[in-house]
Amino acid sequence: MKKTIITVVGKDTVGIIAKVCTYLAENKVNILDITQTIVQDYFNMMMIVDANEAEKKFDQLADELEELGKTIGVQIKMQSEDIFKAMHRI
Amino acid sequence: MINVFEVNETNNMVEHENLDVRTITMGISLLDCIDSDLDRLNEKIYNKITTKAEKLVETGDEISREIGIPIVNKRISVTPIALVGGAACKTPEDFVTIAQTLDRAAKKVGVNFLGGYSALVSKGMTPAEENLIKSIPQALACTDVVCSSVNVGSTKTGLNMDAIKLLGEKILETAELTKDNDCLGCAKLVVFCNAPDDNPFMAGAFHGVTEADVIINVGVSGPGVVKNALSKVRGENFEVLCETIKKTAFKVTRVGQLVAQKASKRLGVPFGIIDLSLAPTPAVGDSVAEILEEIGLERAGAPGTTAALALLNDQVKKGGVMASSYVGGLSGAFIPVSEDQGMIDAVNEGALTLEKLEAMTCVCSVGLDMIAIPGDTSATTISGIIADESAIGMINQKTTAVRVIPVIGKGVGETVEFGGLLGYAPIMPVNKFSCEAFVNRGGRIPAPIHSFKN
Repeated sequence: MKKTIITVVGKDTVGIIAKVCTYLAENKVNILDITQTIVQDYFNMMMIVDANEAEKKFDQLADELEELGKTIGVQIKMQSEDIFKAMHRI
Repeated sequence: MINVFEVNETNNMVEHENLDVRTITMGISLLDCIDSDLDRLNEKIYNKITTKAEKLVETGDEISREIGIPIVNKRISVTPIALVGGAACKTPEDFVTIAQTLDRAAKKVGVNFLGGYSALVSKGMTPAEENLIKSIPQALACTDVVCSSVNVGSTKTGLNMDAIKLLGEKILETAELTKDNDCLGCAKLVVFCNAPDDNPFMAGAFHGVTEADVIINVGVSGPGVVKNALSKVRGENFEVLCETIKKTAFKVTRVGQLVAQKASKRLGVPFGIIDLSLAPTPAVGDSVAEILEEIGLERAGAPGTTAALALLNDQVKKGGVMASSYVGGLSGAFIPVSEDQGMIDAVNEGALTLEKLEAMTCVCSVGLDMIAIPGDTSATTISGIIADESAIGMINQKTTAVRVIPVIGKGVGETVEFGGLLGYAPIMPVNKFSCEAFVNRGGRIPAPIHSFKN
C-alpha cells in the first residue's frame, strides 16, 4: 500500500488536529498513525495516511491542505512516503 | 516506520539548506533524423524532440509536488549536431538553422536548456565539424536556450591543437556577438577534454552516440546540506569529517535516484545515470566555497584548498555511489565562479586566482567554469588556457573543461551580471605573457603514455 506523510508545523492553537482530521475524513483519507509534540509553543505533527481511496488527485489534496493550513496559521505539507524511505532507509 | 525526526530532517534540508534536484535531463538521439535535405532534417529534429519530450516538464513538476523536493531544471540533450547535420549542412549558416530549430523545439516543450550543439573533435575535424564550430558564435547569438560544447582532446587521442586554436577565436567572436547581453553566449559554450556521453549538466550536456534512443539522466545538488552537516562537526578530526560528508552525500543522492526512477517509469524511458555533483547556485548557503570554509579554510583559495577539495570530491563520490545503481556524467564538485557566492567573495578579496582555480581542477570536476576575463584577452591566450586545462584532463584521465567569458569592453575589477542560475562574476586578471607561437604551431599534441605513472 502506498502511504502518504502529512506534516503540520506552526504555532499551537485550539483545533488544529480537529480541522485537519475533518478535512481528511471528508476526502476519504484514512489516518494510520499520528505523532505529535509541542516544543516551546510550536506545534509539530506528523501523520501517516492512506490516500488511495481519495477521489481527489494528489495535487489537489496537497493544495487544499496547504490552503487549510493558511487559514489555521500553520504550514501543512503532504508528501509521498517514498522520499523519506529513500533518504533514511538502506 | 518513518519517524518524525527523519521527516523533519528532510523537510529542513529543503526549506533551510537549498536541497533540490538540479536537473532531469532527457537524452534524445537524433541519429534517425539524419537527412541530406536540410528542411526535412530540421522538420524531423523538431518532431522527434517535441514528441519524445512532450511530457518531460509536466512529469518533473508532478514528481516534485509529490515528494516535496524542488526539481529546478528540466533539460534536453541531443546527439552532437555535427554528426546529425553533416549530410545536409554545407556551410556554417546551414548549421545555424538547426540551432534555431532546437531552440524552437526546446521552447515548445518548455525546457530550461537544450544541449548538444556539439562536435567531438578530439583527434581531427571533418568539414562538417569545422563548419559547426565556425557556426557557434552565430548560433548562440540567435538562440536563447541552446548550449554548445566541443570535445577537443582525450587521454586516448591527445589534444587537437587546431580545434583549440579555432575555439579561442570562436569564444572571442561569441563574446563580441553577444556583447549587448553581457557576452552571455560564452556562458553557453564549453570546451572539453574527455567529455562524458551522459552528462546531464549544462552547458556541456550532449547525448553520446553510445547511448540508447531516449534516456533519463538526473543531476543532484546540495552544497547547502553538506555545509550544514559539517557545521555540526566543527573541530572534529578528518575521520569524522569524511564520514559526515559521505552520509550526507548518500541522502542527497538517494533523492536523485528516486526522482530518476519515478521519471523513468512515468515517461516510459530507461533510466541512464545519476550525476553525483555538488552544484552550487548564487543563493547564499548553496555554495561549494562555503563547504571549503567550513572544512577549515578562511577563504576558498587559501593554502590547503586543493587538499580540502580533493577530500570533499572523493567523499561525495564514496557516499553517492552506494545510493544509486548507476553513476555517471561528471560526478564531482563544481567550482563555477559566477554561480557560487563564496567563490565570488574569494575572488573579490584576492584569495582566489585563475592559477589556483586551475590547480583545483586537477582534483575535482569539471574545470575552469564560468570565469569572466578581460574583453581584450587575445584569442591565442584563450586557446592557451584551454590547452592547459585539457592537458590536465588528458594526463590525469579525467574530464576537464573551460567555460570562460571574455567580457567585451570591460577589464579587471569590473563585474558582469548574467542573472538567474548563472549569477554574476568579477573579471579576473589573466597572465599577460603571450603563447601565440605555441598555439599557432598547428597539428596535434600526441596521446600520453599510459604507463610509468608518476
